[in-house]
Amino acid sequence: MTSAVSSGESITLKIDDKDISCRSGETILAVARENNIDIPTLCFMEGLSVWGGCRLCLVEVAGSPKLQAACATVCTEGMNVVTASPRLKEYRKMIVEMLFAERNHVCSVCVSNGHCELQDMAVKLEIDHVRFPYRYPHLQVDNSHDRARMDHNRCILCTRCVRVCAEIEGAHTKDVKGRGVLAAIIHDLDQPWGESETCTSCGKCVNVCPTGALTHRGTAVGEMQKKTDFLPYLTLMRRTES
Amino acid sequence: MKPEELTSMMEKARADMQAFDHHINVCTESGCISLQSDLLLKTLGDEVKHRGLTEKVCVKGVGCMGLCCNGPLVKANTTLYQNVKSEHAPAIVDSLSSQPVQELLCDTQQPFFTRQKLIVRENSGRVDPESLIDCIAHGAYQALLKVLTSMTPQQVIQEIADSGLRGRGGAGFPTGLKWATVAKAPGTRKYVICNGDEGDPGAFMDRSMMEGDPHRVLEGMAIAAYAVGAQQGVIYVRAEYPLAVKRLTKAINMAHRHDLIGHNIFGTKFDFNVEIRLGAGAFVCGEETALIASVEGKRGLPRPRPPYPANSGLFGCPTLINNVETYANIAPIINNGAASFAQIGTEKSKGTKIFALTGKIKNTGLIEVPMGIRLKDIIYDIAGGIPDGRAFKAVQTGGPSGGCIPADMLDITVDYESLTKAGSIMGSGGMIVMDETSNMVDVARFFMEFCMTESCGKCVPCRVGTYEMHELLDRIYEKRGTLDDLQLLKDLCGMVKQTSLCGLGQSAPNPVLSTLRYFEHEYLDLINQAQASEADRNAAAKGESIKLEVLS
Repeated sequence: MTSAVSSGESITLKIDDKDISCRSGETILAVARENNIDIPTLCFMEGLSVWGGCRLCLVEVAGSPKLQAACATVCTEGMNVVTASPRLKEYRKMIVEMLFAERNHVCSVCVSNGHCELQDMAVKLEIDHVRFPYRYPHLQVDNSHDRARMDHNRCILCTRCVRVCAEIEGAHTKDVKGRGVLAAIIHDLDQPWGESETCTSCGKCVNVCPTGALTHRGTAVGEMQKKTDFLPYLTLMRRTES
Repeated sequence: MKPEELTSMMEKARADMQAFDHHINVCTESGCISLQSDLLLKTLGDEVKHRGLTEKVCVKGVGCMGLCCNGPLVKANTTLYQNVKSEHAPAIVDSLSSQPVQELLCDTQQPFFTRQKLIVRENSGRVDPESLIDCIAHGAYQALLKVLTSMTPQQVIQEIADSGLRGRGGAGFPTGLKWATVAKAPGTRKYVICNGDEGDPGAFMDRSMMEGDPHRVLEGMAIAAYAVGAQQGVIYVRAEYPLAVKRLTKAINMAHRHDLIGHNIFGTKFDFNVEIRLGAGAFVCGEETALIASVEGKRGLPRPRPPYPANSGLFGCPTLINNVETYANIAPIINNGAASFAQIGTEKSKGTKIFALTGKIKNTGLIEVPMGIRLKDIIYDIAGGIPDGRAFKAVQTGGPSGGCIPADMLDITVDYESLTKAGSIMGSGGMIVMDETSNMVDVARFFMEFCMTESCGKCVPCRVGTYEMHELLDRIYEKRGTLDDLQLLKDLCGMVKQTSLCGLGQSAPNPVLSTLRYFEHEYLDLINQAQASEADRNAAAKGESIKLEVLS
């Protein structure tokens, strides 16, 4: 499923008590961001298909008993959306805390320290401690690729790398294995990354990774900075060409 | 097959059946086969052959007769025998023309049988699921014939809507409304899917349906396909049900051979084909969007809804997904009329429901009861109460997505609304009965472990939340928990319920919430014990240190 293409018809809705007009087919997230209303996300990335897994962008829609993921919900006429109620803020905090408890996120020794979306999110949501029991799983670092490194300790399973590899690069080297907390990113048939025959070493996965899970080799603490600008550019260029 | 051929086939099959003086039916479903009823069937057949009675006695394998705990069950004419073994075969054949075998008799007048109302399972235990002729003799495909020759799709949908049938998979969405939505959805290619991915611990209703009367499921699917305008059907069955897969495959092949599915069914322009897809054993694939992904050959992961499968389902086409039991309800509704179906049950929950009774109960097995029956009647009357003189504690309905209902609430009626009000759900029909020896924290922990291992890992609240809840339950049960842990558990329940992507995560906290609602004292007891032993340990440690001080 790709992000909905707007069909042009104009509709009006309310987001956080602000009257907003948009084109039909646009998602709540897109419209909110266009209007400088910030809805936090981790798995969403402009130019990739919608995943809906991080659940940070959940919003309240009047009349709907369930919370809706802003990245996957299309605006409808007269919709009344609340993006930051105390309940939503609390849920978001808990979700990010759970991500910290799930694997071994140690910022002080991480190459992405200071340039990490997970870290930034924790700061933004004012998380000062994690109330859940830590899992401390034993995880591997895949250092077999000659240009990049995969550290499963820092992965949050947002699957941006899987999607960029399959949808933009067209290689589909990466996928997910396992279920629940045992799920993990794999290359080809769960081989070491360096032995993958499909990987083109394009490096797109490294740049879309929100944390220090995917990094260039030879980076030290705090040195890994991701360049994400290529993706909107690529998608735009491909759209105009086709 | 022409319409008149079906009728003549039915009449011929019935005449053939009546030509036998005696009928011996042996249950050949998974439960009884595990007690070697397949061997028993063969021995009985050999015994009849040996005595030269093959012309007079018909021996056949049939579907489940319900009382699984006393299997293998054998019905010789009108006499029901229980716990039958191969060595009893001569005695049973002897008994056909004389007195019944006393020591094997099963009382068919006990409430287990008399209080049931068989509509969906009317032919289960009567027909040979591997014989199309036998199924036709018992009225299979008559409803399809009626629908194709005398009803428009709109009339079929109206009939189903009038009957008040609601989805039997658990959520209870009105079936007529679902069919109407798919029928209205634009598109020339449409699909009907039968959800046979029954994964709840302690549930085996759908398996029994597929093993015991597969043609009824096929017939229901064909009628649904006609109503919504689909030509292709998919039955999604888990690979853990090999017998169901075998019988469904056979049923599809037989129906194909006799043109009951395929091109121009009954000479009309209606085409319908069915294929079977095997699930590799993931609980989440019972969720409709995950099921569709799995059928498409992808990883079985749910996706956000809308779009609903009714508009964009399998390969992006409008798709109707119903549960096995829902499809099995269709033929009787068409045959007997919506009004007769709507008479059964309560205001909002019509018809009957199949339940799988398991746990600490005398009569374990399958029952079909009218909606609106009191839970007490099921537990004490039909199921025969709790064995070994123990006291009833709670019954878990709806499996890991449901909740428990305590003893003082047994007066509630069994229907979608009242079970939801009691903090549980109807679910697909598993009922697990617990007696006083069960600890409810342990029960909650068991179901949470199930959800944790079955979570697909796509969304964070379900993936990590179920792990954390299990960890906290583990702490509390093992007397390491604190009141803070309990509070955190409660917070997590609310959060996981509200924020998870699909039904698995949204309902995973239910067993915890319902045990907390009715049995919070058990949690508190364990925490108090933990604190007491902690205090003891501290006191002991202090004692040690004092002793050391004195020594020094």
